[in-house]
Amino acid sequence: MADAHFRVFRGSPGEPGRYDEFDVPAEEGMVVLDALHWIQGHEAPDLAVRWNCKAAKCGSCSAEVDGRPSLTCKTRLSDFDLDEPITVEPMRAFPLIRDLVTDVSWNYRVNETIQPFTPPDDVPQEDWRWQQQDIERVQEYRKCIECFLCQDVCHVLRNHETEQPFMGPRFLVRAAGLEMHPIDQADRRQYLKDSGGIGYCNITKCCTEVCPEHIKITDNAIIPLKERVADRYYDPLQFIWRLLRGGGDEPNVRVELPVLPHGSDGIAESREQGPGEPA
Amino acid sequence: MIDRLERHPHDVLVIGAGGAGLRAAIEAAAAGASVGLVCKSLLGKAHTVMAEGGVAAALRHVDERDSWQTHFRDTMVGGKMMNNPRMAQLHALEAPDRVRELEAWGAVFDRTRDGRILQRPFGGHSHPRLAHVGDRTGLEMIRTLQDRAVAMGIDVYMECTITHLTTGAVGYPTSDGARRTTGAVGYWRTTGRPILFPAKAVVLATGGIGKAYEVTSNSWEYSGDGQALAYRAGAELIDMEFVQFHPTGMVWPPGVRGLLVTEAVRGEGGILRNSLGERFMWKYLPEDRRAEYAATDEEASRWVSALSEGRQTDARRPPELSTRDNVARAIYTEVREGRGSPHGGVLLDISYLPADHVRRKLPSMYEQFKELADVDITKGPMEVGPTTHYVMGGIRVNAATGATTLPGLYAAGEVAGGMHGANRLGGNSLSDLLVFGARTGAGAASYASRIADQPHVDPVQIMDAQRELAAPLERTSGEDPYAIARDLQSTMQRLVGIFREDTDLADALAELAVLQTRAESVCVDGGRAYNPGWNLVFELRNLLTISEAVTRSARLRTESRGAHSRLDFPDTDDKRWGKVNCVVSRAADGAMDVRTAPLPKMPKELRALLDTH
Repeated sequence: MADAHFRVFRGSPGEPGRYDEFDVPAEEGMVVLDALHWIQGHEAPDLAVRWNCKAAKCGSCSAEVDGRPSLTCKTRLSDFDLDEPITVEPMRAFPLIRDLVTDVSWNYRVNETIQPFTPPDDVPQEDWRWQQQDIERVQEYRKCIECFLCQDVCHVLRNHETEQPFMGPRFLVRAAGLEMHPIDQADRRQYLKDSGGIGYCNITKCCTEVCPEHIKITDNAIIPLKERVADRYYDPLQFIWRLLRGGGDEPNVRVELPVLPHGSDGIAESREQGPGEPA
Repeated sequence: MIDRLERHPHDVLVIGAGGAGLRAAIEAAAAGASVGLVCKSLLGKAHTVMAEGGVAAALRHVDERDSWQTHFRDTMVGGKMMNNPRMAQLHALEAPDRVRELEAWGAVFDRTRDGRILQRPFGGHSHPRLAHVGDRTGLEMIRTLQDRAVAMGIDVYMECTITHLTTGAVGYPTSDGARRTTGAVGYWRTTGRPILFPAKAVVLATGGIGKAYEVTSNSWEYSGDGQALAYRAGAELIDMEFVQFHPTGMVWPPGVRGLLVTEAVRGEGGILRNSLGERFMWKYLPEDRRAEYAATDEEASRWVSALSEGRQTDARRPPELSTRDNVARAIYTEVREGRGSPHGGVLLDISYLPADHVRRKLPSMYEQFKELADVDITKGPMEVGPTTHYVMGGIRVNAATGATTLPGLYAAGEVAGGMHGANRLGGNSLSDLLVFGARTGAGAASYASRIADQPHVDPVQIMDAQRELAAPLERTSGEDPYAIARDLQSTMQRLVGIFREDTDLADALAELAVLQTRAESVCVDGGRAYNPGWNLVFELRNLLTISEAVTRSARLRTESRGAHSRLDFPDTDDKRWGKVNCVVSRAADGAMDVRTAPLPKMPKELRALLDTH
């Protein structure tokens, strides 16, 4: 096979970024991460790449390949026209650490604000009997490998469209997995509405498109959660029922989400010259 | 310099955040210890995430004939009696509770028809025993443990590499000569800044050594860090000659060579054939175990049908479910004798089962082959071959507490030795890391609670560690760490692989000595921030140490047993080797010492279990 021509973003925070070019001998079945490893092993030993399992199971090697948020370990060179250069850039939504590696720690801080699994006190575990079809939806959410590509592509996060924090698709999926767990007792609807900013999602489904695990994030997780929140807060019948029942509402405890920090501006400028930018 | 060093003191420092490390951290924190959890990657990315088939525990949901005693026996038989019997017993006894505990923490396992945790069959297990979630059981486990650890507020240090354990005299400043652990030194991978963790107790849970080989199912993280850190700090390693070559890794395309193909494919009925179409595993069943397997294709087929329909059967299991060491040797032999597939493997076929069933039971295998190899496993066979997967050997530990031979240092999971003997059964590693993760976390917390003051960390050791970190960046010329790593993998793959012999092992030691010398003058470009070349230097050092330990142990054991196959000593020699482990330790002069030590004594009641079955 011919050489593949790569343009790889290089840079650190506070300095103008650049695109280094590499010709990589293409092999049958090769993926973008193979090419990055070849570059590390032969041309640029200090090229920063985050990766781990190389089997699309751990979600570490997320980057943007020709502008598309992708797991580099399952993005095959055979899907590209090798006469054109392939551009590899870091995820845009998160602050740059170096080269293709970004600081995704914000996601971990958001995760900490979600009320964890809360089983009932009064049902012995021997009686937790669930049919397979009743848990398949929850198992779909739990397939998430935390690659954060959905967070990267989500325009609310990527473009910092809100003043208020937004937890993003990944954590709506996690919340859905807890809310719809057959035995979980917690009610996270107020949290989702007031803290998590579920209302900011306007269902463009970009997250579903990039999900390497093929989780139907919007249809199967976010929309059902939005319905639950709407039923709880905006359904007139429920509203009247709550009025009649009087008081007894949940305490108004608002959990503050951390705000997603902006990426480095210098990097953003140099990136905009790249041909791999999404339209 | 030392005064400005970032330091985070803890009662218990856990190094490694896969299943064992997370479980240990949870248990230590529950016991009231201040716990720090360090991982080389982001949290939740550790190798446990790749475990596919399931977690072995005699829950008796699918077959009521199962029991902890049978699980114990299967484990010992699979390990060719090299296992620490007390570990195998605790493991079999406690695995069911550890699995139920995961469910109580939010894990959602696949279900039986009566709504309980479903169990699937696996190689070497007498009954369907593996609780699972399709073929992504490891992800479910690590996420459940991660959520639990986060909810408990455990301090996690992500993308942080530990390069040195520090030790000090017991009872400092009045010393009686014995040493104990005092903490660890490392650096943040994102910035390269050094970091010190003074700790009363340290738990190593760093996993395996697969990156010593060219073809491996393991990620870059598996560089033998814990084994090498423990060895250098003065703890002992055992059984290092026992390296498991998983029978089924992908062989094509080249970029994914070695990537794991879960044993669950065979557990669900996958058939192995050579290029002539022969179901060759019939030829390789060990005579003394043949009665446990089906006698004909027809019986094997009845077993698969019963399994797919979720009912019990009297049919015996297919020959593909022999133990991993045996299947790996069989495949290797078929390929070597010219009956291999186009890319040098054999064919594994599950496509005779309904496509929907295959996609539901093996979703990630379906994706993996479709996306990485253009193969639809519901329509045709997979090409598979052996891949370096797991090290049975590791740090020598106390069965009940995970204590190593160095006071204050603990180890759990793959980094520890003894549990699996000469060969590990599939599914026994996920249960291992739960059972011994919990025991080791408790052991370390208990040890730490008996120490009043945070130990004094010797400043000379800190300075030495920092000098070693800086050296590869300060040299202006020298060896390329990537080149040395490639050469090391080539040496181990060629000379210390599935089949071994004395001349090869001697050659390997000579090559390792040369690599060791080259590694001392290693030089890297760039700075400290997220520099993979610089990071590799310290992993390479660990790989060299454990490669030497594997090779020396393999040379010492002049017999074939389990995963250790000697061409020059093809028979199992119970008389000479059946009652001893190979033990590796660092001699006073810094050289590697390998000797034999008697196996832990088998209690009478456990011996009786092995005799009566």
